[in-house]
Amino acid sequence: MAPSPEFDQEEFVRALLDPDLPPPAGLKATHDLPPLRRFAVYRNNVVVGLIDALAERFPVCLRLVGEEFFRAMALRHVRRSLPRTPLLFEYGEDFAEFVAGFEPARSLPYLPDVASLEYAMGRACHAVDATPLPLDLVRSLPLERLEAATASFHPSTQVVPSDYPIVSIWRANMATDPPRSLTLDHAEDALVVRPRLDVEAHALPSGGSAFIETLMGGGAFGEAASAASRRAKDFDLTANLRMLLASEALTAINI
Amino acid sequence: MWAPSASERICERRNPALPARAGVGFKDAHFTAIEESAPAVGFFEVHAENFMGAGGPPHARLTRLRRDYPLSIHGVGLSIGGAQALDRAHLGRVKSLVERYEPAVFSEHLAWSTRATSFLNDLLPLPYNETTLKRVVAHVDEVQEALGRRILLENPATYLRFESSIYSEIDFLGEVVHRTGCGLLLDVNNTYVCAVNHGFVAEDYIDAFQMRQVEEIHLAGYAEDMDEVRGRLRIDAHCAPVSVAVWRLYERALSRRGSVATLIEWDNDVPAWPILMAEAMRAENLLERRRLPGDDDLRSEAPHGAVA
Repeated sequence: MAPSPEFDQEEFVRALLDPDLPPPAGLKATHDLPPLRRFAVYRNNVVVGLIDALAERFPVCLRLVGEEFFRAMALRHVRRSLPRTPLLFEYGEDFAEFVAGFEPARSLPYLPDVASLEYAMGRACHAVDATPLPLDLVRSLPLERLEAATASFHPSTQVVPSDYPIVSIWRANMATDPPRSLTLDHAEDALVVRPRLDVEAHALPSGGSAFIETLMGGGAFGEAASAASRRAKDFDLTANLRMLLASEALTAINI
Repeated sequence: MWAPSASERICERRNPALPARAGVGFKDAHFTAIEESAPAVGFFEVHAENFMGAGGPPHARLTRLRRDYPLSIHGVGLSIGGAQALDRAHLGRVKSLVERYEPAVFSEHLAWSTRATSFLNDLLPLPYNETTLKRVVAHVDEVQEALGRRILLENPATYLRFESSIYSEIDFLGEVVHRTGCGLLLDVNNTYVCAVNHGFVAEDYIDAFQMRQVEEIHLAGYAEDMDEVRGRLRIDAHCAPVSVAVWRLYERALSRRGSVATLIEWDNDVPAWPILMAEAMRAENLLERRRLPGDDDLRSEAPHGAVA
């Protein structure tokens, strides 16, 4: 008797991901025909499962383009970029980049940035827990000492820059208090943070991303304000400080 | 050749078992209902991989559940049936999670899901022969050694079989149990799905299964499809109530095993909490009937071992 063909996992995976390939050799069904439909159950489980994972991860992108378009787009992404760990909540790291290069989505130029915002919000959800700086402690801070002080941030804090109003777009599609009207003629850099259990996205005031990014890089408040003023002529320090403190993204101010 | 391994010695230290009651697979959508109604559920089971982030709401919820209920952690990502070495980083994550929550049970699947560094997000089938047996045994040993505890291995739902298989699934699982000392998780829906898909009698599988090693049972609903010759194909979709046929098989399993922790799995098209709770109560009633005074042990167990 000839030995049965050894199971080739590589061949199995290639056929899973490429519907034009026949099912791998050495499979058995209750009949003698090529087991296309049976193999298709696995193909479907893998691909549909990962599309579902992206749909769950990028709900606003899905709403913006519609279910059918999103699933077709996600299918392309799944075929070229599988998860690198079994942690599905990490899947989609390069989805925004893929969307940016996805020709049929060009008519929605803000879509890649919305995907970046959603990915950042997912990361914030699973970030290390930390206690935000109590607001009353902040109020008692001597302002003259702030210039040389540095800040410690909640581990969930991320800045997502954009030329489009991504926070307003996100809120219009997801939040319980959607804005009444939405115009696309302004830019919004987003501050993403999860001070406790809820992930929040805030639209940063002008110069806010340079301000926060400098602070996050270890720069002092004075340095951050200068960097922000260079980036945005209308940088308003008071408005930015107020926003930053209200967001509860800080865990300490180091004097 | 087989000699007691380090992992077998580890397995002698058994963790407290899950209660022989009905449990429910935890879904985020039910958290508020669970918190508000404090349901009389025997235990909750969670998928390990959903709780491997550093912090945030998942851990807050799981901590709360663990405080009030016995816990089972069910892995879907170790790829124990895979041809390649286990992913040490992932095994490390499992270990941290198990150490943090000290579940009554950690279980995984007789299946594979990883190729190189890509995770395929499905429980894929393997042939049952000497090559795969050695691999699975080595992988189960490695997991048990890393976790310092006995794990349960679940029988898979499959849609295809392999020409290179020389063992029946039951014999294969029996050998893995014999060589590693692991326990078994009997998924009765998987049994039914496989029986339809591969044309065997589901009752025979239940009758031959190594019931002495079963420490948990899974029940779920399947989806219906047809194969290329219009033959019945049943898909383990966890998307529906437990079928009448599976309830019957479950009773048959209980008549051999006696009452044992039983999970209702409903992961897709997740119903409202009361519907899921009603399914669990149905299992609880069947368990109750088997639960005679002082009887929490195996009933009418004949040795099956590797000859089943």
